[in-house]
Amino acid sequence: MTTTVWAPKTEVETKSIVKPAARRKSRVPSFVPPLIVATAVLAVWYLVSYVFLDQTRRFLLPPPHEIFTGAIFVPDILADIGLASLRTTIVALIGLLIAIVLGVAWAVAMSQARWLETSLFPYAVILQCIPILALVPLIGFWFGFEYPARVIVCVMIALFPMVSNTLFGIQSVDPGQRELFRLHGAARWTVLRKLEFPNALPAIFAGMRISAGLAVVGAIVGDFFFRRGEPGLGALISNYQAQIQSEELFAAIIAASLLGIVIFAAFGWLSRAVVGTWYESSDR
Amino acid sequence: MPVQTAEPLIAATTAPTIVGFSSVEMKYPDGTIALSGVDLDIAPGEFVSVVGPSGCGKSTLLRLASGLEHASSGEVDVATDRIGYVFQDATLLPWRSVERNVELLAELHGVPSAERKAKAKAAIGLTDLTGFEKHLPKQLSGGMKMRTSLARALTLDPELFLFDEPFGALDEITRERLNDELIRLFAERRFAGLFITHSVSEAVYLSTRVVVMSGRPGGIVAEFEVPFPMPRDPEIRYSAEFAALTGEVHHALRKGYSA
Repeated sequence: MTTTVWAPKTEVETKSIVKPAARRKSRVPSFVPPLIVATAVLAVWYLVSYVFLDQTRRFLLPPPHEIFTGAIFVPDILADIGLASLRTTIVALIGLLIAIVLGVAWAVAMSQARWLETSLFPYAVILQCIPILALVPLIGFWFGFEYPARVIVCVMIALFPMVSNTLFGIQSVDPGQRELFRLHGAARWTVLRKLEFPNALPAIFAGMRISAGLAVVGAIVGDFFFRRGEPGLGALISNYQAQIQSEELFAAIIAASLLGIVIFAAFGWLSRAVVGTWYESSDR
Repeated sequence: MPVQTAEPLIAATTAPTIVGFSSVEMKYPDGTIALSGVDLDIAPGEFVSVVGPSGCGKSTLLRLASGLEHASSGEVDVATDRIGYVFQDATLLPWRSVERNVELLAELHGVPSAERKAKAKAAIGLTDLTGFEKHLPKQLSGGMKMRTSLARALTLDPELFLFDEPFGALDEITRERLNDELIRLFAERRFAGLFITHSVSEAVYLSTRVVVMSGRPGGIVAEFEVPFPMPRDPEIRYSAEFAALTGEVHHALRKGYSA
């Protein structure tokens, strides 16, 4: 499997090695170093805004505080961005949900029969290799330039991690456990329900996290292309850019970033809530 | 070497066998012969250990007895379908608590919930796991995991118990404790046991009979009746008779190597 981001089986080794031999305890609280980096970035930002750009070109990189005073603190603009973010979130979540259902079903189908795997897996890989952007205009052609097309872009972009992770999770079932089920005459459906699916859950959640991030990307990209209907963040971004509304553009970009972070964090939380109790994750 | 057993082993002539191997050969598609000419009968109430060098096909015996694999030639007769199989690994489901893991087999066999829970509770009591019902496998030590695995197999009231080096990965102290518990269980339940191990002293300590296998292709080269009464006194391990018998088994094992 090519793009499995989820690394299993290392738990045992990492657990025994990392835990007791904890690295030298530093006296600096862990939030300090990132804070220093943030300060440095802001400093460079101001430097560029005020020193390297003259007044007429300052719109290329407005100083950080102007993004707040010129956009985020302006109620109308904030409302626009908020509403657009909400629409984008909905598109991304619907797309993600469909990708999860389709991806898990696809992987389960492949796991149940060798011939299904050999006939379907290549297409999962091809789907991953196709630059989805190249297909986007075609999607508009077929499905119209509105809401459904945006969702379809999300699905296509978010599908592969779900397929590959679920399949991997199912196939990584311990052979001993498989034999135990076989020994006691478990039907295929029982094996799937009581063994393979629960075993795949951590990998499925890992896939969801990746797919969630991709779905946000898909929703924004879909917005760029499918402008009919109510504008999402992508449409807003591209409007602000066209009208050289620099502060607003930056504010919208910040909103898009926050959206990505929030969705990623939410799925991380969900994963920990569902499988965190029993699954010994290798990443902390 | 055959010594009279002190225990009520049913006389060999009239004994029904619970599992019987007759001239069993096991050949894999790649041409390796794992077993050849194996004859072994186990009667109800017997606990037979098999020792032999690695790769001699000991585990294959269990796979044949359980029906996971089928012999290339010869016959394997098993007179019961209540078989408990304890693997080398505990093979617990990490998302299930001890209790739910122990219930698994009964669940797979469609035992109704109330009965299943009662059986699980009894098995947990028997294996000294009371108080750990809600623990997850990752919270258990290796020995506790093995106990859970044992408890899980016990819920089916097996008439035949197959053990594939179940204590091989444990430290010696835990291993000896589990040996004693297994002896106690055996004395109470009187299932027939087929126990694969690398450890000669474990084999002698646990069994009513020890079978020695030769290297590949695996065949039986010697058998020893173990005369000590059941349940075994842990102190027996340090007796001269025990040492003499383990010595004999070791000797046969070495001869099997060179054969």
